[in-house]
Amino acid sequence: MTTTALPASEPRPRGAVRAALEETLLPPVVALLIALVIGDLLILAFGQSPAAVYRLLLEGTWGNAYGLGQVLYKTTTLTFTGLAVAIGLRAGVFNIGAESQLAAGGCAAALVGLALPAGVPGLLAVPLCIAAAALGGGAVGAVPGVLKAKFGAHEVIVTIMLNFVVLALLNWFVASKLHVPETLHTPEIHTGAVPRLSDAAAAFHGSAANATLAVALLAAVAMGFYLFRTRRGYELRAVGLQPDAAEYGGVSAGGVWIRALMLSGAIAGVGGINYVLGYKHYYEEGFAGGAGFLGIAVALVGRNHPGGVVLAALLFATLSQGGLAIHALVPKQMVEVFQAVVILAVAVSVPEVRRVLLSARRVQA
Amino acid sequence: MSDLSNATPAPLGGAASGTPAVEMDGIVKTFGPVTANAGATLSVGAGEIHALVGENGAGKSTLMRVLGGGFAPDAGTVRVLGRDVTGWSTQDAIRAGVGIVHQHFMLVPTLTVAENVVLGSEPRRGLQLDGRRALDEVRALSERSGLRVPADRTVAELSVGEAQRVEILKTLYRGARILVLDEPTAVLSPPEVEELWTVLRRMRGEGATIVIITHKLDEVMAISDRITVMRHGRTVERLATADTTPTEIARAMVGRDVVLPSFTSDAVKAAGEGALQVRDLTVRDARGVTVVDSVSFDVAPGEILGIAGVEGNGQTELLEALAGLRAAVGGVVRIDGRDVGGTSVRRRADAGLSHIPEDRHRRGLILDYSVADNLVLGQQHHFARRGVMDRAAVARNAAEKVAAFDIRPPSAALPARALSGGNQQKIVIAREMGRDFRVLLAAQPTRGVDVGAIEFIHGQLREARAAGKAVLLVSADLQEVLALADRVAVMYGGRFVAVLPRAAASEEVLGRYMTGAQPRNDA
Repeated sequence: MTTTALPASEPRPRGAVRAALEETLLPPVVALLIALVIGDLLILAFGQSPAAVYRLLLEGTWGNAYGLGQVLYKTTTLTFTGLAVAIGLRAGVFNIGAESQLAAGGCAAALVGLALPAGVPGLLAVPLCIAAAALGGGAVGAVPGVLKAKFGAHEVIVTIMLNFVVLALLNWFVASKLHVPETLHTPEIHTGAVPRLSDAAAAFHGSAANATLAVALLAAVAMGFYLFRTRRGYELRAVGLQPDAAEYGGVSAGGVWIRALMLSGAIAGVGGINYVLGYKHYYEEGFAGGAGFLGIAVALVGRNHPGGVVLAALLFATLSQGGLAIHALVPKQMVEVFQAVVILAVAVSVPEVRRVLLSARRVQA
Repeated sequence: MSDLSNATPAPLGGAASGTPAVEMDGIVKTFGPVTANAGATLSVGAGEIHALVGENGAGKSTLMRVLGGGFAPDAGTVRVLGRDVTGWSTQDAIRAGVGIVHQHFMLVPTLTVAENVVLGSEPRRGLQLDGRRALDEVRALSERSGLRVPADRTVAELSVGEAQRVEILKTLYRGARILVLDEPTAVLSPPEVEELWTVLRRMRGEGATIVIITHKLDEVMAISDRITVMRHGRTVERLATADTTPTEIARAMVGRDVVLPSFTSDAVKAAGEGALQVRDLTVRDARGVTVVDSVSFDVAPGEILGIAGVEGNGQTELLEALAGLRAAVGGVVRIDGRDVGGTSVRRRADAGLSHIPEDRHRRGLILDYSVADNLVLGQQHHFARRGVMDRAAVARNAAEKVAAFDIRPPSAALPARALSGGNQQKIVIAREMGRDFRVLLAAQPTRGVDVGAIEFIHGQLREARAAGKAVLLVSADLQEVLALADRVAVMYGGRFVAVLPRAAASEEVLGRYMTGAQPRNDA
């Protein structure tokens, strides 16, 4: 019936797996190479040697324990926000609200940490704080989910606008009820702090890396299992790819959208503990610092795959920390430009590479 | 039959004389490991209607894209009106008067018909589109060619048949003298097909050369002067339509004898009540217009009830309402005596309902999912244990179905997108008919699939009937309805205007009812 004239002896499944790998891995790699070339040109335009700048960047990040610790700290938050955006995109919804969901989660965790008496053991307090963070972020995520499923409101608009509303509410709440005078933050939590990396290895002293990193990696593994091994994951991806076919298969697209946006919000919310339980031990206005938005880029570069998200988070964390190191040679905004170039290159190369791979493979009847 | 793949085209007698309009020789085109054209040959005389036939994946569309400049061939030569144009670009082809009407429309729905037609070569006034002139020119062209379209309406408001006329007008506006139509009738109702034939004959009369890709043999016989048959990327037969028969063409396409659809009365119609009972079912569309108007019918176990009708008379909505995809405003639906009205898609599936949807690309398949994952769509609950997919069971199910339904290539790990149309449809058939069911809704089960697959699918439907299943068949293809159904209902304006036993139904009778003739009920 078809002209796919491959010899019957060739094992097709392996070919299919290889093809899938090619399609997944090639675009980000190509994008990174493009970004490196453009980065080189920019560095040259500043009259500097690219090699020297990259060496400085690596020395300031992976080259010493403090730098590495900071990279890991930033990786943690970006992993959460990247996973949050990715699970939404898998279901065909674009969550731009990770920024406020992250803040809401952090605030909820701080409230629980403040409400519990100091004597409560960490083994109980930490899970309670994490649950509160998930609830806080999930509640914010539920709003665009319900509005989309029930009224057809576009989640992009709703999540963007909710960022303003939620951040303003949190700021008002903390400023009027909870803040330590002369500051923008709450008092320190009584219990629920998680160990820092420096507690285990003194070399990391001063860096903010903490046990939340393990939670982030667990979250990535759990999300991978959910997406690719469970029935709900099968249905979620089906809705993301073809909502009409999913409904034909007995899946309610609206239900999946609500669930995906709630999960997305919850994952972003748990990201808030990295700062609140792991680093400062209080909630502070503006602690999210754009990590929610950068999560969009992390998901994009990570191709919405949990493993890819972790690697992309590592990349963006390295760049962000490296910006401080290369300041001696080029303006640190160089790094932001470089990040933007990576995002643009991925955005451009993904459809391009996909198209090339597909047209090389597909036979038009 | 003779294999002409490497031979030079033998001169055929008939109308064509002088330089052929199109001459393609030894065309080879490969995509990675896949060979789409393996030395294909095509010779189309000036001023003839030439049918290019073959199964799905035989390489017809690829050959036409080589002609239209979409692909450069790996080997072989392309001549248009005697000029060697091998490897030319799409723009070159358009300038030289070669126009291609694709199977899937390439129109901008929010623009008007006139704007769509002139798009790319707009008449301008200064920097602006000269809308007035565009409208006048398109109206004049529409008048001249006989392609009736409402030039000032937006494409979104058009029927499928009208949209296709716009596609043809687009190529004519660019001055096409050699017109290639890729499966133009796949989306048309019988009257629209007739109208298209009239237009094509008129264009031929004015000297245009037309190549039409199809795998419907009755159409080949009705419209073409000559036929080229392709199989596995090669040209296997060149025929003059007047000297051949559908059986001969089918044999050349498939490479073996094929049983062409004809009614076989192996019905084992059981007495008793219908496995599917529908009473006063009424459905309204999003705008509140009644699209299914108080329809009642039974389908008995071991019976195929065919629904004939011009598309857009409520068949789609009726089936969606039966499947649970669309809410009904009134009426009763019973499967095996159980009232399933208002229940979910999943409940109905569990009650014994299978559904072959009319649009496999939109509804029937998740194109990026593997064949194996598609084979459990709608059944995912039965392939999960405590919420986790049982991958071994999914793989076992896939291996069984791929073998039993001869899905090719036999690899369940491939994405459904990578398979040909006929094999994609086999995935849907395998999933819906390869499990225990009582009632089958089959909407356009053979649309866009080749002769071999049609034979297979018809065989499956007959087997289901023999096994005592109730089958509701909706098809735009009257011959299909007549070949399979025990009773035929005609749907017009959301109602059943006639229900006839097979013996009383003929294309002529059904055709009359389909266009809204007086209602009558014989069965």
